[in-house]
Amino acid sequence: MDTSMTRSAGPAFDALEVRSDFPLLSETIHGKPLVYLDNAASTQKPRAVIDAVSNFYCHSYSNVHRGVHALSVRATEAYEGARDTMRDFLGAADRKEIVFVRGTTEGINLVAQGMTGSMGPGDEVLISGLEHHSNIVPWQMLCERTGAKLQVARIDDSGEVDLDEYRRLLSPRTRIVAMSHISNALGTVNPVKEMIALARAAGSLTLVDGAQAAAHMPIDVQDLDADFYTISSHKMFGPSGIGVLYGKQARLEALPPYQGGGDMILSVTFEKTTYNELPYRFEAGTPCIEAAVGMGVAARYLMDLGFDRIEPYESRLLQDATDVLRQVPDVQLIGTARNKASVISFTLGDIHSHDVGTIVDSEAVAIRVGHHCAQPVMDRFGVSSTCRASLAMYNTLDDVKRLAEALHKVREVFRL
Amino acid sequence: MSDLRELYQEVILDHSRQPRNRGELDGESCRKANGHNPLCGDKVTVYVDVQDGVVRNLTFDGVGCAISTASASLMTEALRGKTIVEVQRMFDEFHALMTSDDATEAEALGKLQVLAGVRDYPVRVKCATLAWHTLKAAIDAGKDAEPVTTE
Ligand SMILES: Cc1ncc(COP(=O)(O)O)c(C=O)c1O
Repeated sequence: MDTSMTRSAGPAFDALEVRSDFPLLSETIHGKPLVYLDNAASTQKPRAVIDAVSNFYCHSYSNVHRGVHALSVRATEAYEGARDTMRDFLGAADRKEIVFVRGTTEGINLVAQGMTGSMGPGDEVLISGLEHHSNIVPWQMLCERTGAKLQVARIDDSGEVDLDEYRRLLSPRTRIVAMSHISNALGTVNPVKEMIALARAAGSLTLVDGAQAAAHMPIDVQDLDADFYTISSHKMFGPSGIGVLYGKQARLEALPPYQGGGDMILSVTFEKTTYNELPYRFEAGTPCIEAAVGMGVAARYLMDLGFDRIEPYESRLLQDATDVLRQVPDVQLIGTARNKASVISFTLGDIHSHDVGTIVDSEAVAIRVGHHCAQPVMDRFGVSSTCRASLAMYNTLDDVKRLAEALHKVREVFRL
Repeated sequence: MSDLRELYQEVILDHSRQPRNRGELDGESCRKANGHNPLCGDKVTVYVDVQDGVVRNLTFDGVGCAISTASASLMTEALRGKTIVEVQRMFDEFHALMTSDDATEAEALGKLQVLAGVRDYPVRVKCATLAWHTLKAAIDAGKDAEPVTTE
């Protein structure tokens, strides 16, 4: 088995060594060693993150931005330190541009909510046909509130956004374009840099849903020139309940506050409240402090491993995994974009994905089955659901072979 | 593997591949309801023709996994000709078969007992009960039955 790959830039990437950092991956399920291939839903946590959260509770826990006592200072330093790390991770110009939110979903809602006052009939929001429900519904709600229109750029048979149609749909009416960096249902990597440049030329704002990108590729928001970029910690080996919304300073300043409460104000009287500066203006209430600290550690862990080593390993693994699964009779791949990452969506003959999921689970292989919160994508491919294996840097080709064996078992049970 | 054979018994595979009583019903005394399992996207429509308190005809339509399709198919076979009172009793017994820990023998359920294996797969219980809940909605709500979901 080839688990390590050499790359001139650094020492070989050793997936087995990385795997040993993740305690949960040594679990046994139904008496068999776990194979975890549901990373697009959520990723497991390395020891470094688990220890950081635990240590924070044991030695530094208190509320942030509140007290003068030592612990409050410690907690605030840890929380704000995490913000600095996230600024590095995303390549943002300023820490003010890093807003802690609950996750990608909240990041998108914050922007969609904030645009309510400045939009009306005649305005348009443009999304793509491969979006997750969380990058569809908040925009639909914005359109309902304001009378604006939701436009959708179709995807082709391989699962790539039709860029000609995307260009056609961009117009002076387009106020914001929202697109995912990587599709969770198909694995398509969108050409976001090009799409952003086109949107900017049309005078539109841009938001990138980076939920699926953060664990797999380096993100540089300045290079992309995105106005907004949002990620979830739990999909990049950090705790759940926290994420980051990056926004260009001027763009964030133009948005009204999202929620009212403590921390987001400078002064409050019953007559008038003065809002706090960025990013605190968007962080009302006590945040999930320990999760933010954990997210910072997860980002640091990824930066230390280096995407220059992670990316080639994963890209090779995805290719080999695709070949292995293709060899299982009756496997039909859904999503064959030229540029893909992490995700292999497929159907197995006419067996319903739920039945596949139950049977492969009995072999301790965890995959996701269903519509993956992307029903329009399912409709586009004429299926009600798919099976989805999603890889992370700690997976090896052996994991995928275990899945292939389990799929043979499914065929056996169903007498295919 | 033996557990799986318990779940995916021959009868279940047969009914999922060749569902009985598939199709629509039309007529003055017919009622229908839509059922939806948002977890997996399964959708089923159940059509029932009740006359004088007796199920004269019962059919279903929709897409689903092997368990939900087989369960719907077996249900339509089992309940034809039954009175509404009997249907309610079998609904309760079937529900107990799916959810109660002590594997009480439910003789009255007859062939439906092949679905007993589902009990060991809690996330799949909703697949097996979807058609039943939908039927109940059709009967209870009468002509203007609303869609039901198993969530
Ligand atoms: C592409 C994409 N966008 C958005 C989300 C929502 O992320 P979260 O649930 O962490 O807010 C997901 C998660 O499934 C996703 O895959």
